[in-house]
Amino acid sequence: MWEYTQKVKDFFLHPRNVGEIENPDAVGEVGSITCGDALKLTLKIDKDTNRIIDAKFQTFGCASAIASSSALTELVKGKTLDDALKLTNKDIADFLGGLPEAKMHCSVMGKEALEAAIAGYKGEAKPPESGERIVCKCFEVTEDKIRKVIIENHLTTVDEVTNYTKAGGGCGACIPDLEAILRDIWSVKPVAERPKEPKKLTNLQKIALIQDVLEKEIRPRLQADGGDLELLDVEGHKVIVALRAMCVACPMGGVTIKGIEEKLRELVSGDIVVEER
Amino acid sequence: MNTIYLDNNATTAVAPAVLEEMLPYLKDLYGNPSSMHTFGGQLGSTIREARAKVAALLGAEPEEIIFTSCGTESDNTAIMSALEIYPHKRHVITTRVEHPAVYSFCKHLARKGYRVTYIPVDSKGRLNMDAFYKALDDDTAIVSVMYANNETGVIFPVEEIGTVLRERDILFHTDAVQAVGKIPLDTRTLPIDMLSLSGHKLHAPKGIGVLYVRKGTRFYPYIIGGHQEHGRRAGTENIASIIALGKACELAAENLETEGTYLSRLRDKLEAALLRRSPDARINGDTEHRLPNTTNISFEYVEGEAILLRLDEYGICASSGSACTSGSLEPSHVLRAMGVPFTAMHGSIRFSLSRYNTEEEIDKVIETLPPIIKELRMLSPYGRCT
Repeated sequence: MWEYTQKVKDFFLHPRNVGEIENPDAVGEVGSITCGDALKLTLKIDKDTNRIIDAKFQTFGCASAIASSSALTELVKGKTLDDALKLTNKDIADFLGGLPEAKMHCSVMGKEALEAAIAGYKGEAKPPESGERIVCKCFEVTEDKIRKVIIENHLTTVDEVTNYTKAGGGCGACIPDLEAILRDIWSVKPVAERPKEPKKLTNLQKIALIQDVLEKEIRPRLQADGGDLELLDVEGHKVIVALRAMCVACPMGGVTIKGIEEKLRELVSGDIVVEER
Repeated sequence: MNTIYLDNNATTAVAPAVLEEMLPYLKDLYGNPSSMHTFGGQLGSTIREARAKVAALLGAEPEEIIFTSCGTESDNTAIMSALEIYPHKRHVITTRVEHPAVYSFCKHLARKGYRVTYIPVDSKGRLNMDAFYKALDDDTAIVSVMYANNETGVIFPVEEIGTVLRERDILFHTDAVQAVGKIPLDTRTLPIDMLSLSGHKLHAPKGIGVLYVRKGTRFYPYIIGGHQEHGRRAGTENIASIIALGKACELAAENLETEGTYLSRLRDKLEAALLRRSPDARINGDTEHRLPNTTNISFEYVEGEAILLRLDEYGICASSGSACTSGSLEPSHVLRAMGVPFTAMHGSIRFSLSRYNTEEEIDKVIETLPPIIKELRMLSPYGRCT
């Protein structure tokens, strides 16, 4: 079960500003029934002061989607359009005392509806999906949206991007694209080039990791060819092993040792030297 | 506020008689049946009695019963056993609507290089038997098809499948976790080789399951260690829970007929009244072949989690196949496999009853739910559709 704050529960059970304003000055519609949540926001705007004098919503979605939409209407009422545009999805979540991480996309939906409504009012509305690249086909999430949400919320992992935009939460085919976008934005080097966390291991951690790699990655392969290997000792960066079974007589023993060394350098530490005894 | 518990396919209350029966083994009789002393060793005969009771419910021999820790372990064990026994066979057949205990395990096998065929279902959740026949080949090590689906209650043609597999000499496992104790099931007449059941779905506590393995079926253990369960499942016996499961099976056997009639009457009443009082609602699944205690209803244009949390305010417990309740962003894989339209997918609610539910409770739900649906539709931009 989700852990919702009291305020989320309150705004879900007793939502404020439900409905549709008659003859609204601005309308923002986002989401779809296919995706599992949708929001229609209607605004009444005072033309002289550019101030939002009324806001109503209709939402199809879960408790946090309904609460976020209702919170949005409370937040924008009385604000000028410029001030309203300064609202972030985090403001919506904060107003509710926070949302579960996996539900942050509900607050993003609120922010999007507001932007769509104001853009429409100002006549800046983009023609629907005009040549925008859809990254996540399951939930029809565009690259523009993903980039914007990543930057606004300082997202750094694919999981976070999924929590905030739903992108990648369906079939998962777009996850490499999401990784590429994240790398591009934060200009992180591709994962393959460097070990993920080049942090220094303690001796204990290092030995444990060496053992683990040998057990899971190396020995099963040797055993498949009738060979085997034993870890004798670790001295600093030196890993001392003994080849066993078929490997003992194998003329390719030297190649095997080199292969083990490469694997350990890749997975444990770049300075490892493997010696056979 | 009283809890109205209509989520019995998720888990059930421990029957008072079951609790009473197991308590001494959590307090004074804590011995290990493998011990040489009387204090521990005497427990061997109580396990035997419990095993006989479980066997009786299934029409099985006691030695065909292996106690495990849960339904998932039983499922994993059955499939792995087949793959260990027939290492040259690399193909597994299951369905697109299995419980994760089988479904995710098969995904794991596929990653390990096995070939897995997932048999599709039609819009009523019925298995596509043509696809099943086509999938069979000489490489097939095991077929695992659930007896009844946990989300819709739809019962599968286990007898027909088993008959075919017996002719072809292919192992057949059925995950009967939702069926045992709810409908009569007799291994003497059913052509199955292995069957899984779970204690906490039939009023025993969590943490106890059974794998039935027909005499003469080759078997390889999954959990390896001590000699317990004749070397077929290592680990010190969970005595208290084994006793509990024995009692729960005894109660189920006694009540099977009357309970089935009682539950289907309440379920049908609930279902009919909800459909009558809520426009744009539909049943998911084949109502002709269904567990007596289960109904899965979609309320179009509303979202399941919202319905559940509104019901929660009244102490009513149910579950949903909506994306927001599935732990992922996708709705239930079962409803998707059935091709339930998206308008209905997100608003699916499952009620699953047990012998402890009363007519008053059902009436309370009938009275409570339709206004909730109406209110949520008024909140929804699609509400005007209705």
